[in-house]
Amino acid sequence: MKKVLLGNEAIARGAWEAGCHVATSYPGTPSTEILETIAREYTDIRSQWSPNEKVALEVAAGASIAGARALASMKHVGLNVAADPLFTFSYTGVNGGLVILNADDPGAWSSQNEQDNRHLARASKIPMIEPSSPQEAKDFTMLAFELSEQFDRPVIVRITTRIAHSQGIVEMGERKNVPVREFVRNPQKYVMIPAHARPRHKFIEEQFIKLKEYSNKSGINRIEWGNKKRGIITDSVAYQYVKETCPEDSVLKIGMVWPMPDDVIREFAAAVGELYVVEELDPFIEDYVKALGIKAVGKEIIPLLNELTPEIVDQALNGKKITSLVSDYKTPIPPRPPALCQGCPHGFVFNVLKKLDLNVNGDIGCYTLAVLPPYSAMHTQGCMGASIGMTLGFEKAHGEEMARKTVAVIGDSTFVHSGITPLIDLVYNRGTGTVIILDNRSTAMTGHQDHPATGKTANGEETHELDLELLARACGVKRVVKVDPKNTEEFERVVREETAAREPSVIISLRKCILKK
Amino acid sequence: MVNVIFAGVGGQGVILASKVLMEVAKDRGYDVKESEVHGMAQRGGSVECNVRYGEKVYSPLIEKGTADYVVSLEELEILRKIDYLSPDGAVIVNREKIDPAPVQTGAMSYPNDIQEWIKSRVKQAHFVDTVGALKEAGSKKALNIVMLGFLSRFLEFTDEQWEKAIKSLVKEKFVEMNLKAFKLGREMKSS
Repeated sequence: MKKVLLGNEAIARGAWEAGCHVATSYPGTPSTEILETIAREYTDIRSQWSPNEKVALEVAAGASIAGARALASMKHVGLNVAADPLFTFSYTGVNGGLVILNADDPGAWSSQNEQDNRHLARASKIPMIEPSSPQEAKDFTMLAFELSEQFDRPVIVRITTRIAHSQGIVEMGERKNVPVREFVRNPQKYVMIPAHARPRHKFIEEQFIKLKEYSNKSGINRIEWGNKKRGIITDSVAYQYVKETCPEDSVLKIGMVWPMPDDVIREFAAAVGELYVVEELDPFIEDYVKALGIKAVGKEIIPLLNELTPEIVDQALNGKKITSLVSDYKTPIPPRPPALCQGCPHGFVFNVLKKLDLNVNGDIGCYTLAVLPPYSAMHTQGCMGASIGMTLGFEKAHGEEMARKTVAVIGDSTFVHSGITPLIDLVYNRGTGTVIILDNRSTAMTGHQDHPATGKTANGEETHELDLELLARACGVKRVVKVDPKNTEEFERVVREETAAREPSVIISLRKCILKK
Repeated sequence: MVNVIFAGVGGQGVILASKVLMEVAKDRGYDVKESEVHGMAQRGGSVECNVRYGEKVYSPLIEKGTADYVVSLEELEILRKIDYLSPDGAVIVNREKIDPAPVQTGAMSYPNDIQEWIKSRVKQAHFVDTVGALKEAGSKKALNIVMLGFLSRFLEFTDEQWEKAIKSLVKEKFVEMNLKAFKLGREMKSS
């Protein structure tokens, strides 16, 4: 049977067909729908939202080492959070297959940066495969579990926004019955004290050679011969743009981007007149090809910034002239940036913060939109949880008075993800700052996923509801106030009082997201 | 190969319109691909879906200058996508105006010459007034399906094929309303 699936739905389906037993994630565009689909449609996989990506990967690694097939899915910056377990579970290897689904966001459609995580595969010495369509998203996810067990390595499947959020026809299959393996105690493999880590490093370098042979011989890196005057090496969705705009040329489609297929690259390069590399973001393949001593053209003509499109490839490789009709339209076109919804609880908060002219250290969520007019009330923002540590940093830079005119603003889900340790730091290192937790009872930005403080699991089951007030008190914050931001006067009074107080305080700004049922 | 862009404002339902079109094309044996935006880009911002169907589809994105149809669920949004239209392509524009933030704050004004300008440059330009159809359908949320209904006049698929696709993708309690909306859109007048 054939179905139209979103790339992310195809990955969920692939995990299910591969007999995956455990799936973990933290919501993040463009990866969110993978775990959502599993939790909704493939309930024979035990699935969960973890508090953050580090925990998600650790739960998946635990499941794998205990003998299950496990999937941890996350966005590109999520893999930064999970980088610590990533680099060391590379050493331990697996028992049941362990697949890490990494979703990059070229163009930063919904992200704070455009990092290219192909570098992380190389740095962590973990094999990485890259699907280029929804069908391959399913097939490569299944293959990743096989490779993981065959080579005793975790395997990263890297997708990008245009793979995650593009739909296409996918051939559906049945679920493979894969029994959960025995957990066999093996401290030399699973306990990474230095004496064990050194031989494991040797082991993974040996596996690397075998994987390179696979990369060269398996056909996952495929030459599609056309006219040999010009050859193009490409990967991921860029492959589709190349096939669309250069149908006559020879193409080397990279499906396994780490380790790279040196022999295939050499064979291809030797047979074509001119060699081009077309890839999004960094010159990852290009640098590798050039390091083999092969002449190629890449970032000289293919942009390093932003995502690629068919017209960018067509212009770069074929000199296609694109005419613009709209450049002839002389009336200014008002932009339509994303904005906080009408009646959004965050709006009340930022009106007050703007009125009080406070320095606002922001965080990751819908509320980051408060940096834009009409609020223009956010002054720093970097990564999950940074608002609180940065607020302490502001105080360390300028002294206590700085804390009187500065606040940290962080959502409930983001606070649970990465806000707790910096709050401990703020108290421990004698800060006196104010943290406002925007508690809208949801992970709103990514589509209202539950988290530990909502009292519901990914599957909708009731569970313990993390009490943010008690938690703040346990960290040592004595001043914890809960207030409804819609009650503007009261909210303003509380913000004035708490920023004035010469000790740490937490304001829980409690009001449900207006979009949440 | 048929290339269709649906443009609009976050929340107008461009993704459902794309899904129905893909389903009907898939059932006719075509290869189909689509691209859409999620996450922050959706919060009341400009949104779009690209749908492509034919013998074999590679790119999920439509190249500039090659769209056969650009369907805009809001008037201003047509301007952002007009460069994708092929010289022989058609635009279908809902005349509803939703003020973007710079217009709401008074920093900019909503252009009032869009219809005139488009008509002077595009041979096949259809501007539609959906207010009546939406009232009759009984829900403003049916805008996406009303617009799809209008588009369907230009495509090869039959009423039965569309009905089957809508039924397979819409929640049961909304099927009747959406089928009605589709029919109203199919019969809607344009200016």
